[in-house]
Amino acid sequence: MGPLAGTRVVEIAHERVAWAGKLLAELGADVVVVEPPGGSVQRTYGPFVDDVPDPERSLWWWHYHTSKQGVVLDRTTAEGRAGLDRLVATADVVLEGEVPGTFAVTGHERLVHCSVTPFGSHDPRSAEPSVDLTILAAGPVWMCGYDDHSLPPVRGGGNQGFHTASHFAVMGVLTALLAREVTGAGQHVDVSAFAAANVTTEVGTYGWLIAGMEVFRQTGRHAGASLSMPTQLRCADGRYVNSGLVPRSGKDFSLMLQWLDSTGFGEEFPLRFLMELGTEKGIIKGADFLEDPMLQEIVASARELQAFLAGRLTAYEFFRTAQQHGVTAGVIYSPEEVLEDPHFVARGWPVPVEHEELGRTVTYPGQPYRFTATPWELRSRAPRIGEHQHLVGEA
Amino acid sequence: MQGNASGHRGALGHLRICDLSGQLAGAGATRFLAAFGAQVIRIEDPVTLGLWDIVRQMPPLIDGDRTHDGGSGFLNHNVEKLGITLNLRTERGKELLRDLVRVSDAVTENFAAGVMERLGFGYEDLKALKPDIVYVSNCGFGHTGPYSRFKSWGPIAQAVSGMTFQSGLPDREPAGWGYSYMDHTGAYMMGIALLSALYHRARTGEGQWVDLSCTEAGASLNGPAILDATVNGRPLRRPGMPNSNRSASPAMAPHGVYPAAEDDAWLVLACRHDDDWARLAPVLGIDEPAWSSASGRLADQDRLDASLAAWTQSRPRDAAVAAVRSAGVPVAPVLRPSERSEEPSNLAWGLWPTAVHARHGARRVDGVPVHLSATDWRIERAGPMLGQDNERVLCGLLGVSADELEELRATGVI
Repeated sequence: MGPLAGTRVVEIAHERVAWAGKLLAELGADVVVVEPPGGSVQRTYGPFVDDVPDPERSLWWWHYHTSKQGVVLDRTTAEGRAGLDRLVATADVVLEGEVPGTFAVTGHERLVHCSVTPFGSHDPRSAEPSVDLTILAAGPVWMCGYDDHSLPPVRGGGNQGFHTASHFAVMGVLTALLAREVTGAGQHVDVSAFAAANVTTEVGTYGWLIAGMEVFRQTGRHAGASLSMPTQLRCADGRYVNSGLVPRSGKDFSLMLQWLDSTGFGEEFPLRFLMELGTEKGIIKGADFLEDPMLQEIVASARELQAFLAGRLTAYEFFRTAQQHGVTAGVIYSPEEVLEDPHFVARGWPVPVEHEELGRTVTYPGQPYRFTATPWELRSRAPRIGEHQHLVGEA
Repeated sequence: MQGNASGHRGALGHLRICDLSGQLAGAGATRFLAAFGAQVIRIEDPVTLGLWDIVRQMPPLIDGDRTHDGGSGFLNHNVEKLGITLNLRTERGKELLRDLVRVSDAVTENFAAGVMERLGFGYEDLKALKPDIVYVSNCGFGHTGPYSRFKSWGPIAQAVSGMTFQSGLPDREPAGWGYSYMDHTGAYMMGIALLSALYHRARTGEGQWVDLSCTEAGASLNGPAILDATVNGRPLRRPGMPNSNRSASPAMAPHGVYPAAEDDAWLVLACRHDDDWARLAPVLGIDEPAWSSASGRLADQDRLDASLAAWTQSRPRDAAVAAVRSAGVPVAPVLRPSERSEEPSNLAWGLWPTAVHARHGARRVDGVPVHLSATDWRIERAGPMLGQDNERVLCGLLGVSADELEELRATGVI
């Protein structure tokens, strides 16, 4: 049983709140997702099982609606609206992404009503059409891409604009529930997806607001006001690693040399003597670096070492052997590759989910956090259309 | 003593967090609670001037201040938190931390795995001090498993989780994220973990430990791509992929980032369905029957994108955006930092509140993209100078006398 067990959430199906509903459901909340007749438009989002488009075979729907129950209500009819009213009367939380003004609740003092709109419930622009891409254009897109600025900036993939809005929705709902424990009253939780994207760009905002610094995009690393050194390396197997940073102290040089020697290529590295000089340094300060050409060569030798090993190791070997010697680096996995990674496997991260309707067991992404007393749990596959209609009850 | 650094109590004024976290992956979580009135007390090390938290001194610096109180990130990430120093190498320092844990609802940290145990403040130790304590830890790979000792920061968690790979243009190296998306997002996940554990505790009296691995949190954000691999055997690592300016899930075309006439100016637009395209095509002056259906457009995206780019490139960005917007099609300019700081919807939201820093005065900072109708957030004080609230917290909350405070200073405990 998760930490939110016994908390009833009614989710009016919408792409902006699907992830929020899943997070709540897998923390133990009893989430009922409400779809229109024929099913939510999200069921038309691919990819589909075996590439056969069908409302019950959308992998988008499968992923975002696990652990929820589903009902169908036609909100254009009095009967459908009455059914929704009955459902909402049982709820602690309503989660929705409607155009402002479409959905109103009255007479339910304890209800936490969370709306996730493009610009917030009081901004007329929330009635304009939007997608994940237009939300992320608020700021994240400007900061991602390549050194070559003739190439367009890049949207980070995976609908992260919806995810960020959903993260704030869940934090807002939980804050309102905690306040309700004290006051007894619910309230409106108003989330702006555009604002959420805007405050999720690190130095992109406060660099400008506080220090007047405008940043531009750089390949595979932080946007900055000036061009920084690359941190991505192509390894012997053609795959990439994030090489981490260069040493900042003598100890860092020692760790890198130990790493080098562990690979068996230690004697072949031509700049070894510079690395050895580096081990005699203390903490390397930026000012010293700028004024000392020898120190610059020593630090450059560490970059050479990273490139030297990248040319001889696979991306995974680079990552594992570096980290085993206390040198920070990261293999750049494709999303599905984490499922086979020994660490993810050892921690039981991939989760098998039964799809009895297809006679298949499917591996799903697992938990973002581990609660020791009230475990996260992916409880069931996503609901079929109207699968839990009994929850609407009788008029 | 309740409420945040400005004394605002809001939604969470009844809660106190003993916060050993920092940087962004930790500080970003407790920031949300502090804005909503929780009393977040940050503990920093006086010996190293708090520089475990590298953003204390990391550029961009405020007015060129090169000290440990000059980092703009620290000022921003720690609004409305109280800041104290405790030297945990000393027994008195540990005793004071134990006293603080006893009067706190939660303890938060984002050290490497194992650090808290070595300090004598692992979960079992914390529970002995306060049986119902909520303890949330956030590190790169979690506290168990073969990589638990591996080190990480945002870009590393992004790399290993699959987040870096899925962001890019075809047949090029990954573009990744131009900032630490997983420091932000790890912090949000940490905030969710903390708030939900506190909610469980409020209802049952039961505390617990939550172990958060930033890499696992990131991997959970690629669901449809992972299911495409596990169900259909189609990995994202395949020729022509990723192409994250396009949208495969949901499938849309056109969907992309297009150039405008000005130098390095761009706009985004997307057609969700055939109706969007039917309204957009006349604006663009395109009459191509094969493109009237989504399948036709999806099959011919390179040509489609080239046609769109030819149209957008011959227009100023904002004129192109206005024309597409008038057709009722999703569109937006790609905004630079300097532009979005003055963007009308952000200003109307109150997204950049002014917070006062003890040395650097009033500064605009990130606000919160959530408004609560009854108990909203307030941000008025910027991140604390090192040890700024020692007297307020040690004397006002933990009962240290004025004389002892002097002694703690003199003996290097604070």
